[in-house]
Amino acid sequence: MNDLTRQTAAVLANAIASREVSAVEVTQAHLDRIAAVDTKVHAFLHVTADSALEQARAVDAKVAAGTSLSALAGVPLGLKDVLAMKGEPTTAGSRILEGWRPPYDSTVVSRLRAADIVILGKTNMDEFAMGSSTEHSAYGPTHNPWDLDRIPGGSGGGSAAALAAFEAPLAIGTDTGGSIRQPASVTGTVGVKPTYGGVSRYGQIALASSLDQPGPCARSVLDTALLHAAIAGHDPRDSTSINAPVPDVVAAARKADVRGMRIGVVTELMGDGYQAGVSQRYSEALEILRELGAEIVEVSCPHFEYALGAYYLILPSEASSNLARFDGMRYGLRAGDDGKNSVEQVMAITREAGFGPEVKRRIMLGTYALSSGYYDAYYGQAQKVRTLITRDFNAAFEKVDVLVSPTAPTTAFKLGEKLDDPIAMYLNDVATIPVNLAGIGAMSLPIGLAPEDGLPVGMQIMAPAMADDRLYLAGGALEAALTDKWGHLLIEEAPAL
Amino acid sequence: MSTQNMTNGEVDVYLDYDEAISGYDPVIGLETHVELGTESKMWCGCSTNFGADANTQVCPVCLGLPGSMPVVNRAAVESTIRIGLALNCTIAEWCRFARKNYFYPDMPKDYQISQYDEPLCFDGYLDVTVETDDGPQVVRVEIERVHMEEDTGKLTHAGGSTGRIHGADYSLVDYNRAGIPLIEIVTKPVTGTGRLAPEVARAYVTELRNVILALGVSDARMEQGSMRCDVNLSLAKPGAEWGTRSETKNVNSLRSVERAVRSEIERQASVLNNGGRVIQETRHFHEDTGRSTSGRSKEQAEDYRYFPEPDLVPVAPSREWVDELRATMPEMPAVKRARLQAEWNINEFELQSLANAGAIELVEATIAAGVDAAAARKWWTGELLRVANESGVELDSLSVTPADIKQVEQLIAAGSLNDKLARQVFDGLINGEGTVDDVVTKRGLAVVSDDGALLAAIDEALAASPDVAEKITSGKIQAAGAIVGAVMKATKGQADAAKVRMLLLERLGVSE
Repeated sequence: MNDLTRQTAAVLANAIASREVSAVEVTQAHLDRIAAVDTKVHAFLHVTADSALEQARAVDAKVAAGTSLSALAGVPLGLKDVLAMKGEPTTAGSRILEGWRPPYDSTVVSRLRAADIVILGKTNMDEFAMGSSTEHSAYGPTHNPWDLDRIPGGSGGGSAAALAAFEAPLAIGTDTGGSIRQPASVTGTVGVKPTYGGVSRYGQIALASSLDQPGPCARSVLDTALLHAAIAGHDPRDSTSINAPVPDVVAAARKADVRGMRIGVVTELMGDGYQAGVSQRYSEALEILRELGAEIVEVSCPHFEYALGAYYLILPSEASSNLARFDGMRYGLRAGDDGKNSVEQVMAITREAGFGPEVKRRIMLGTYALSSGYYDAYYGQAQKVRTLITRDFNAAFEKVDVLVSPTAPTTAFKLGEKLDDPIAMYLNDVATIPVNLAGIGAMSLPIGLAPEDGLPVGMQIMAPAMADDRLYLAGGALEAALTDKWGHLLIEEAPAL
Repeated sequence: MSTQNMTNGEVDVYLDYDEAISGYDPVIGLETHVELGTESKMWCGCSTNFGADANTQVCPVCLGLPGSMPVVNRAAVESTIRIGLALNCTIAEWCRFARKNYFYPDMPKDYQISQYDEPLCFDGYLDVTVETDDGPQVVRVEIERVHMEEDTGKLTHAGGSTGRIHGADYSLVDYNRAGIPLIEIVTKPVTGTGRLAPEVARAYVTELRNVILALGVSDARMEQGSMRCDVNLSLAKPGAEWGTRSETKNVNSLRSVERAVRSEIERQASVLNNGGRVIQETRHFHEDTGRSTSGRSKEQAEDYRYFPEPDLVPVAPSREWVDELRATMPEMPAVKRARLQAEWNINEFELQSLANAGAIELVEATIAAGVDAAAARKWWTGELLRVANESGVELDSLSVTPADIKQVEQLIAAGSLNDKLARQVFDGLINGEGTVDDVVTKRGLAVVSDDGALLAAIDEALAASPDVAEKITSGKIQAAGAIVGAVMKATKGQADAAKVRMLLLERLGVSE
């Protein structure tokens, strides 16, 4: 088999199962690739080479013994550093958790292990998943493999860049306001934010509990579906996880059919504020969907304009509480413990030293929004907006099967470009945030390169809660048509590193 | 009157109670925390056993490790609903948990999962009986809410002189207690109790504890902290608006509830009568002095930034479940008392004494162990209650069991102990001198039943009082008491008086 790092997960899994290649060879090829390019990309914060090879050897033993294998057995994966992995560093991109090794596995990791998916290491991210560029990582930014001077998106820029740099065929992200989808969009990869509760959050270091959702990332729609199926499903440790069968996303990805499907174009998520090349590729993709047999209709979601405002009250409020536990008392960084400072002082000094500026900004925002006397005006009001946005979606899904929009208003911007302008940074997520507020599922998949800068553009597909299979049905069809047109997946056009 | 240092608005001389209560109407409010006796903790499977080695009953969830998530313990919800039903509350059809945010090292997450504006149970009442000069009076204490939350870890401060966090060399945290299910029962303001406020407060907490014990949802031990009470109190001039309230914590026994209310009435009245102003603050009660000292001021109320807990789904107990729980409620203490009055043939006052002494369950258990009802009551409300009161502890924390009483009664029936010696046996048990047999042996407690020894003592007594012997033989048998008394004295009480009398009359050849 040719370069093992350039294959899809589905192809690799078949090759391993049919003994065409060993899982150890596949893992080693990816570890070698990481060694070769990650100094430039910095997708990984920590590579778990020993345990990855150990996992791979176990898969090869199963192959030799003729044991039945799971669909992705032996395929390597990059794990966002926000998910607890027993005995391995888990920092959430923050200085305050430097050196902490969880004594337990997150449910996502347990399921990856059960599926014999080989975990290569922990991928870089904005600190505590706060950001859209991975520049807020305490351990330095990740670079976009399409252009190393540009951001890979965020917060899950490490996972997306690992895919785009062919360091891993699969990755896990988490999506609170677009942290899976926006990185996928700007790196020419695929990412899905499942319906809230579709994948267990147990072991995901919480940013905003009511918005957070782990999900699958890959370079193709089918690979994404296979990973989705491996990690989804009810978890008794997460009482917000859905106790119902997971829609058959793999079958949907294979069926890849939009004939007769009604696709709604959200009028509020297009036009002004969207880069010309983004709008152009988006229009072309809509045309392709029409040609494939879908009915394209315009749908208005009038309350989406308040989504960003509501999101930046709800998220900081929950985050201010979720991040309280990082106080230097039990794990991670402890600063100022000189024997003279009081417990309160040590807590304050530790948090001052351990949190970056964006984290502090959001903790302050959230603390203020929850304060007595302000709660109703801020947090309470934001929850009302959230209800209105959910109603907008419900009304839209009365008329259409899925909704679409560009995933992000622009292609990848330059490193440093928006670092000092939080509002500009926040506006990147204007199209992805409504999905998290309503708790529905959405996918981003590549639809071409913007003519003006040659960088990837992504389309977002949104489906009603618990109908994640529709994402794959539509995404699979669009990907197939585009692959036919280009002769390969878009990612093949990424420059050599 | 007692004196105390003049610090932070403290009074140096307290009015006595009669003087204090004469000018004011007290308003009391009681917040009671009860640790539920569930097998596992509120959000995880860790054991709730008391007394294990530090930090051995912990897991990622109750340690609040990054990424861990809580899951509600159904048994705790069930216990809370049962408490709510026993307190005549409405059970919410839908309610949520909320986060109470504040930083403290005994809280692993730096927020406590509690309930805020949506308690599981609300709007109930508990009727309690207090003694007045006009006989027993029933007071209805209205219940504001019963809600669920989690306990914190336990801090130990080492070094320093105070044992408190300030000035300690270092502090240790034991998270075994963190996440143990805790319920809080909050009364509405109790008004109109006048000078009976301390007794009402004690009767309420006592009755609440009886209810909790009857439900079997907690061991409700105040000394161990599995039941804790905070006393809110303010004073108002008759007819005037309520005054500023204080909250007294560290009230760790039923007796202390009464003392804390009384003391706080005396303190606030003293402050007000001196032209001072009661400040809103938390106070700490001290068992030894019976007084409280100022804790932190709540003038700038701490902002806990409550918001609905997003890691948990709402609790929505089905009506079928609530009905099922209602149908399987045990006999409530008040109903039971009515029954016991009939069965034990005692009046309300006698039963109330038993209840106030916390003796009902003990008497029941003693009867169940095979002791006659009158004898069981006699021991618990007589000798044992006297000892408990003297040493300021609850009756059930004395190291005397129903089985011990059964054994003592058997020894009395067999004639080898009498009541006086039995009291010594109990004294030995309470002093930790071992079992009933151990105490009897070690203290040499036994009725002198050797006729020879008794006859010798009788002869000696007769010889010492020949005039009395003369009277008896001449038919004045009532004079025998003096000789019997002398014999009992000579044998240090270790004789059976009836038997001495019988032997004496035989000796003198007199018959009754």
